[in-house]
Amino acid sequence: MAGKPVLYYFDGRGRMESVRWLLAAAGVEFEEKLLKTRDDLEKLKNDGSLMFQQLPLVEIDGMKLVQTRAILNYIATKYNLYGKDMKERAIIDMYTEGLMDLDEMVLYQPYLPKEEKEGNLAKIKDKSRNRYFPAYEKVLKSHGQDYLVGNKLSRADVYLVKLLYHVEELDSSALANFPLLKALRTRVSNLPTVKKFLQPGSQRKPFEDEKCVEAAMKIFH
Amino acid sequence: MAGKPVLHYWDARGRMECIRWLLAAAGVEFEEKFIETPADMEKLIKDGRLMFQQVPMVEIDGMTLVQTRAILNYIATKYDLYGKDAKERALIDMYTEGIVDLSEMIKQLVICPPDQREAKISLVKDKTKNRYLSAFEKVLKSHGQDYLVGNRLTRVDIHLLEVLLYVEEFDSSLLDPFPLL
Repeated sequence: MAGKPVLYYFDGRGRMESVRWLLAAAGVEFEEKLLKTRDDLEKLKNDGSLMFQQLPLVEIDGMKLVQTRAILNYIATKYNLYGKDMKERAIIDMYTEGLMDLDEMVLYQPYLPKEEKEGNLAKIKDKSRNRYFPAYEKVLKSHGQDYLVGNKLSRADVYLVKLLYHVEELDSSALANFPLLKALRTRVSNLPTVKKFLQPGSQRKPFEDEKCVEAAMKIFH
Repeated sequence: MAGKPVLHYWDARGRMECIRWLLAAAGVEFEEKFIETPADMEKLIKDGRLMFQQVPMVEIDGMTLVQTRAILNYIATKYDLYGKDAKERALIDMYTEGIVDLSEMIKQLVICPPDQREAKISLVKDKTKNRYLSAFEKVLKSHGQDYLVGNRLTRVDIHLLEVLLYVEEFDSSLLDPFPLL
């Protein structure tokens, strides 16, 4: 029965968090099946639900979609958060892909072995402050509009805001020199759907602590 | 003036090759400006043409696009190689991303230091066959059509062809169990 999207993942941010943010920003209610044991994962693998035996998996509109970008692209298109034409889509894609490069470093941080954490954190600080945040600040400055592309909320704004929060958790003064990014974050955070998602009790997941990482490792290793 | 797309990259496959394939398959003529020295790269960066100081970069239809997927998505849409609707696009994206993962895995092996290579080779061969190639063979078997999605050529058939050639370069016997591929 066509109903809410169902998200299959473990109880952590990982690669599913960007999907949760996008659905929430779009005002779409969704269900989550949070895997707890390796058997839960084996079951999904064995019933052919996972095309490449990997998560995330989202059941939506009769499809069993894997691969984060496939999932995000479909949701963005369906809920009109992907620009008005193909040129806007190209710009949104360019911005989103840059954010994903930064996010790759950020989402792995809790899962890295102890001896690698410091180095990765240094990389995150360097790249966010010197490569990525300046690039997006420059975009906002160049057109002076409220959103990154086409003067309207898109997936790129949602992803950027998610990352701004997550990087700030790791580096508390990361946004100090980026007033336009801060303003965007405030603006987006005040949208009713996002505001709701930011409140306690929502499906937003917290920064992964040791207990969470241990539980996740049990499922995958 | 709108003219041919111009590709900026080194004279190598790297992350630009899939773009060359897609443009070629679409019958689009393009120019290439090869980066030959560090100074060439410096200039691109200094001129502010690389949003994240990285290549690939493609000048197309008045835009200066970076990020491989942004470039591929635009070309695929423009030349009608991206399916007929959002659901076909979702399948194309899912298959494409799997192909990217397979491609990356093979590339990593190629650049891997020789002492670590041996151990990794069997894992790569196993995943190539049992995770990726079998998944795509299964798709073709499930509908019996000539192409992966929507019974007509789309970008993902081109991406798959490209990676099958890399698999063949790596170890042609890996393709033996997959007649439909």
